[in-house]
Amino acid sequence: MATENAQALNVQTFTDNNFDETVLKSGAPVLVDFWAEWCGPCKRLGPTIEALATEYAGKVTVGKLNVDENQNVSFKYNVKAIPTMLLFKGGQIVESVVGLTSKEDLKALFDKHLGA
Amino acid sequence: MPDTRNVIVIGSGPAGLTAALYSARANLQPLVIEGLEAGGQLMLTTMVENWPGHRDGIMGPDLMTEMRAQAQKFGAEIIHGNVTSVDVCSSPITVKTSDTEYRAKALIIATGASAKLLGLPSERKLMGHGVSTCATCDGYFFRGQEIAVVGGGDSAMEEAVFLTKFASKVTLVHRRDTLRASKIMQDKARANSKIAWMLDSEVEEINDTGKGEVTSMRIRNNKTGIRTEVPLAGVFVAIGHTPNTALFRGQLELDANGYVITHDGSKTNVAGVFACGDVQDHIYRQAITAAGSGCMAALDAERYLDHIPEHLQTV
Repeated sequence: MATENAQALNVQTFTDNNFDETVLKSGAPVLVDFWAEWCGPCKRLGPTIEALATEYAGKVTVGKLNVDENQNVSFKYNVKAIPTMLLFKGGQIVESVVGLTSKEDLKALFDKHLGA
Repeated sequence: MPDTRNVIVIGSGPAGLTAALYSARANLQPLVIEGLEAGGQLMLTTMVENWPGHRDGIMGPDLMTEMRAQAQKFGAEIIHGNVTSVDVCSSPITVKTSDTEYRAKALIIATGASAKLLGLPSERKLMGHGVSTCATCDGYFFRGQEIAVVGGGDSAMEEAVFLTKFASKVTLVHRRDTLRASKIMQDKARANSKIAWMLDSEVEEINDTGKGEVTSMRIRNNKTGIRTEVPLAGVFVAIGHTPNTALFRGQLELDANGYVITHDGSKTNVAGVFACGDVQDHIYRQAITAAGSGCMAALDAERYLDHIPEHLQTV
C-alpha cells in the first residue's frame, strides 16, 4: 500500500488553469493522460500511469487531466475519446495515443523522445 | 528458476476472477495475470440488470471491483501485466509477461474477447477522433451532436439508449432487417424517440480522414443498393467480439472463428490447460455464464492437480 501511495504522489494533476505553466512551458517532456471518473478503461490505465511517473521521475513529467473538470484543454486538443495520452515536448504534441496501451509501448515512446 | 505455481489464470473478467475465487478457496494460491483490458468487457458497461442477486442492478465496473476484492480476500494474487507468450506444452507450463516468466502446473485461460471492428481503413484512421468502441467512455464528447451506433445485438441497443443521454440523435445502423438483440433490449431502444433506424444497411465509408474528424458516413442499403450520406459527429461500433486467442494459435485446438475448443467441462486438448468465459463461448456470452464456466475451470483444475500424472509431480 505504501508503495502505491508513493507512486501516486509522482503523478501530477493538470487543469485548465495550470496547463500552460506545467505542460506547455515545461523543460522536460510531459505526458498528459486525459481521463474521467466514469471511464472504466481510464481506471485500468491508472496503475500504468503511476508506475511510469515513478520510473521516469526527473526525466518525463507524468500527469492526469480530468476531462469533466477541465473542458477548455480537452476542447482545445479535440479530445474525443478517453483514455487519450498526449506527449508534449517544448509545448508541442509529439505523440498521441488513444485507448488502453501497455506500459512497454508508452516506455518506448518516452525513450524515443528522451534519446533525441 | 521461478517457483512453480499450482494455477495461473490469464484474464480478469467474470470468468477469470471466478476461477481465481474458487481456486483460492481450494487453497491453490492462484496467480492472476489480469491483462491490458483488466476487468473485461463489464468495465465498459453501465448498469447490469441481469446479474442475479442485485434486483436493482449493479454498475459493471463496481461488480468487477467486488469480484476482484473477493478473489483477493481468499488469497488470489492478482498482478497487473499482459501475457506476451505461453508455452502450454512445456512442463511446467510457462507464461511470460514483458518482464517476468512464470511457471504453473495448471493453466486457466480466461482471456475473453475484444470488440470487433468494421475493417474500413477510415475507421482505423478516425479511431479516437469520432470513431469509438466504448460508449460509456466517449459518449460524453458528443453532447448535442448526431451520432450512429453500428450493430444489432444487445450491446448495440444498450449503447444506443445510453448515448441518447448525450446525443441529439442516434442512428442505429444494422446490416439485416432483424435484430439479434434480446426482446427487452430491442423494446427499450424502439421506445426511445431519439433513436432512428437504418436497417438492411452497411457502413461503406466514414468521412473525413483528411480533416482528422468524423463529419459523415456513407451508408449503402443492401436491398435497394441506394447510397446515403449521413452527416454526423461520431460512430460507435458494436458489431460483436473476437476471441483473444493469438497467444494459443498453434498450441491449442481452436475453432474456425478462433475460439478455444473445450470438452468435458472446461478441458482443452492439452492436459492441465482449461478455458472459460468468452474465449471459448460464442453462444451465451453473459457475465453469469462466464462466471459459471470460470467456476468449472477452477474445479476441473483442482481435480487435475489432485490426480496429476506421476512424472509431472516432480516439477
